[in-house]
Amino acid sequence: MTLLEQLAQYIVSGITLGSIYALIALGFVTIYNVTGIINFSQGEFAVVGAFVAITAAQKVSLFRGQAAVGLEWPLPAAILAGVIAAVLIGALLYRAGIQPARNASPLSQIVVTIGASIALRGLVLLAWGTDPYRLDPFSAGKPLRLLGAVVTRQSVWVMGLTVVTVVGLYLFFRFTLTGRALRASSANPGAARLMGINIQRMGLLAFVLSAGLGALGGIVIAPITFMTYDRGLMLALKGFVAMILGGLTSPVGAVIAGIALGVIESLAAGLLSSGYKDAFSFVVLFVVLLVRLGGLLGARRGPALERAGL
Amino acid sequence: MKTVAPAQWAGLGLVIALAVIPLLVRNNYQIFILILIAVDTILTVGLSLVMGYAGQVSLGHATFFGVGAYATALLSARFGWPPALALPAAAGLTALAGYLLGVPIFRLRGHYLAMATLGLNVIFILILKNEAEVTGGPSGFTDIPPLALGGLTFDSDVKMYYLVWAVTLGVLWLSLNVVNSRVGRALRAIHASEVAAEALGVDANAYKLKVFAMAAGFAGLAGGLYAQAIHFISPSSFDVLVSIELVTMAAVGGLASVWGSIFGAATVVLLAQFIRDRMGVLLAGASGEQEIIVFGLLLVVIMVFLPEGLTVGGLRVLRAWPITRRLRAARDQT
Repeated sequence: MTLLEQLAQYIVSGITLGSIYALIALGFVTIYNVTGIINFSQGEFAVVGAFVAITAAQKVSLFRGQAAVGLEWPLPAAILAGVIAAVLIGALLYRAGIQPARNASPLSQIVVTIGASIALRGLVLLAWGTDPYRLDPFSAGKPLRLLGAVVTRQSVWVMGLTVVTVVGLYLFFRFTLTGRALRASSANPGAARLMGINIQRMGLLAFVLSAGLGALGGIVIAPITFMTYDRGLMLALKGFVAMILGGLTSPVGAVIAGIALGVIESLAAGLLSSGYKDAFSFVVLFVVLLVRLGGLLGARRGPALERAGL
Repeated sequence: MKTVAPAQWAGLGLVIALAVIPLLVRNNYQIFILILIAVDTILTVGLSLVMGYAGQVSLGHATFFGVGAYATALLSARFGWPPALALPAAAGLTALAGYLLGVPIFRLRGHYLAMATLGLNVIFILILKNEAEVTGGPSGFTDIPPLALGGLTFDSDVKMYYLVWAVTLGVLWLSLNVVNSRVGRALRAIHASEVAAEALGVDANAYKLKVFAMAAGFAGLAGGLYAQAIHFISPSSFDVLVSIELVTMAAVGGLASVWGSIFGAATVVLLAQFIRDRMGVLLAGASGEQEIIVFGLLLVVIMVFLPEGLTVGGLRVLRAWPITRRLRAARDQT
């Protein structure tokens, strides 16, 4: 393998990984824009979604072998089940945790989402244990080759689904009444309320949407890397780094930054040190936070940065 | 004659209770739990000051706990320093680390600060795991010598218990003094309104840095004591989940409450212990980390319903109860 082929390989796996970060970062941005909250349990949606989908699709034993589940649903149904499970949890989190504390300080709200995240993590641990789980690839077949790099069929699925989701979200925000109401409530909550938009319902919708996005990310990556109960935190952190790099409020920025982060991480792990793989994105974050607070892509300090006190 | 305030009576009662407990408890495991509570109290009081008085969330406090523990271990086991010297040196080193890291980090606020401190913790754990020649890697660092002062070696759990609690009370006393001093008033002003405080000539950033460095120093001290009490440390004792557990303790005890931190630390440690012991009964085969479900829910419930913590918030709820109100009304009439 020449260096060039190696580079191509790192970039391909980086884009695959980055697509997941992009989906999670999109969830962060959606919630933040509508409610002004950073939802630390974003990564847990991915984990819950993936585990539910795996349980629906394959034979799995739960609660340390005390319950055997053998649904073996077809893949689309399993994916749907995973997304729905995460969406329900997202809705519950908003109704039970965020809405009652909506007048509390940002500190309290952060702590609420952190609490929810570790409770969910414990719940997953209780049901599925510490074993790594893997979903079968969405389609069988030989991997493709591109410029000397191996591209697995699942990678193609990941990238394809990310593109479809991003385009779908764009159309939703742009052309549907609900999507425009969501954008209105992020631009100016007070005015949106005067126009008859139910802000609480929009908050709920944002959590539901983000939970679905996170779950989708977790499900599509489950055939590539094993899913374990403790991956949520790291996924959320990476997604958050991508959100900041993308300028905090910009969905387009979040997607580009997520993919860039995946590529940087993959290159750094391959060329420098794989032991410090998870550290690189934080090094990038520190540099960006301290040098350029508006993010790499956000050219100016928007109202959201003002709201965050920066 | 000087009158004795109720708080001073409570403090005296606490000291007596702490002194008597080891005579009543003859079980080393229970003594060990009490040592853990003391260590967590030192950690929590620092975090409570940072979060409550400076209004800054730190999700990486376990980093400083770890720095103190590993510095103590390295200085005494590798470089052959006497443990009694290694401990204060480690605490000082951690305070310095807190100050130096605080300079860039406190340029951030709110969510950014939370995430930056979390990132710091993640990087710290990765360093501990990867630099195995220095830190012992994922399996940890063993054979940390016990503390010795003069001819007295703190090699039993009971001796260590007295030492750790003496230090803890010292830390609490120091924290109370800080809170009631000019620095404490400045910090409260910053928490109320940073702009207003700065307009009145309070250098907000300098105060925040000071309290952050002090909390880091406390955490370093706690880490050193922890290392000398159990003679073994590994990265998992200092990871992000521990930081979150510390935030739980501070939240339970009430942010900005010095005495609350004992209560918070004790509640969380005992609750965790209880769940570990009982979880297996509730669900065969379950053990270990499931206790975090309860921590998570506890955090959510406290933040939603009792944001001032169990102590202050609980008292407020109690006072608002109809029965208590009626009792008080009856008392006021007589």
